[in-house]
Amino acid sequence: MKARAFSYFRAATIDQALDAHARVGDDARYVAGGQSLVPALSLRLQAPRLLIDITHIDELRGVRREGGYLRIGALTRHCEMLSEPLIAEFAPLLHAAAPFVAHPAIRNRGTFGGSVALADPASEFPAMTLALDAEIEIVGTAGIRRVKADEFFLDLFETALQPGELITAVYVPLFRTGQRFAFDELARRRGDYALVGCGMLATCIGDHIKEIRISFFSVGNIPMRVKGAEAALIGSNLDAERIAAAQAALEGDLAPPESDEVPPAMRLHLARVLLGRLLGRLRDGA
Amino acid sequence: MSGFDQALLDEADETVRVRLIVNGRKVACEVAPRETLVDCLRNQLELTGTHAGCEMGACGACLVQLDGRAVHSCLMFAVQADGAEINTIEGLTESGVMADLQAEFHRRNALQCGFCTPGMLINAQELLSQLAQPSREQIRDALSGNYCRCTGYEAIVDAIDAVAKARSGGGGAT
Repeated sequence: MKARAFSYFRAATIDQALDAHARVGDDARYVAGGQSLVPALSLRLQAPRLLIDITHIDELRGVRREGGYLRIGALTRHCEMLSEPLIAEFAPLLHAAAPFVAHPAIRNRGTFGGSVALADPASEFPAMTLALDAEIEIVGTAGIRRVKADEFFLDLFETALQPGELITAVYVPLFRTGQRFAFDELARRRGDYALVGCGMLATCIGDHIKEIRISFFSVGNIPMRVKGAEAALIGSNLDAERIAAAQAALEGDLAPPESDEVPPAMRLHLARVLLGRLLGRLRDGA
Repeated sequence: MSGFDQALLDEADETVRVRLIVNGRKVACEVAPRETLVDCLRNQLELTGTHAGCEMGACGACLVQLDGRAVHSCLMFAVQADGAEINTIEGLTESGVMADLQAEFHRRNALQCGFCTPGMLINAQELLSQLAQPSREQIRDALSGNYCRCTGYEAIVDAIDAVAKARSGGGGAT
């Protein structure tokens, strides 16, 4: 199918983009990488009157250190998560997750900010912003604000973004000595949506877990931290008993939805298996 | 201050002039904003080597190089590509950069019906430019976004593997 007719406006600045959106309202959509939006338009799941192209706004580009954070511009492409040295050094969890995002050609166009803004519950990057305790920088006609990832994802494809607002960047706390991370997902075929996926970031004292944030995706309407499992691991050196306790805690943390393809009990089982594997890797210093 | 003209909204069906460099030549096309890049390439520029398959970014038959990187030409509108440099299978064939891949696909019958071949070649070329000696597993992984309806994957992987080895062995990896 083909998209319904729309008008196209290429914005050169954030102000131009916000202004165009404000004048058209709900009938306008921002487009950056377009790797999810364009199929939605082709299927006529969406039919805006105006497409505002933000791909040429320089203010949305670039990856740099800023205070204790890595500031990742919204237009940073998925493939840059693999090639950008600052990401590999200071946000290695994102670097580890990137090869699992769709296929190479999609990664060449898709943007990090777009993925977070769409908040697909099966996507890798939105979930990883949770594990990383990242902050989302948002601009609107009222100015700029920063929202913690914990408060950003509200419901299925629903975020703290207000109509007309744009993500400008994501701030990720710099990866530090003593921290460990792990990421993996279970999918029927590489590049497909995960049946279950998980990423985690731990701060350790020696071999003991001081803090840990664990985020799952493809298990519900939004990416989810599993606070019961996290609590079960604090102070532990990831011995078999504590890993089993964390796996058991998932029952209280996750309530996978009914689905024809993957029954909730199976998804919960896969989540336990994945959690066990990743905690094992964390313990072994992988 | 804004570059946005309200009158634009009433012109959704009107065409816009888009300038591209396609296969090394400057071209200008008149496109409606809703026209995808693959449709523009095929219908206006008559470059029919790029195939429109699923038109949802799943099958990979429409891959082209945009500013040097493989992208789905069905997942962008031609207006978005204004100012970009595009290489299609025709241009890449003419330049000879993938002649070895094409010969190896032919030799191993990795072409079969040929529908997916342009996308397979563009993807293979990109893979080998980033990874000189990929394992078979890495080749399969890289091809995860390209569907072959004849299920010729074994021969396709063989062909890419052989070219990777030949290019690495010859020291002439590109």
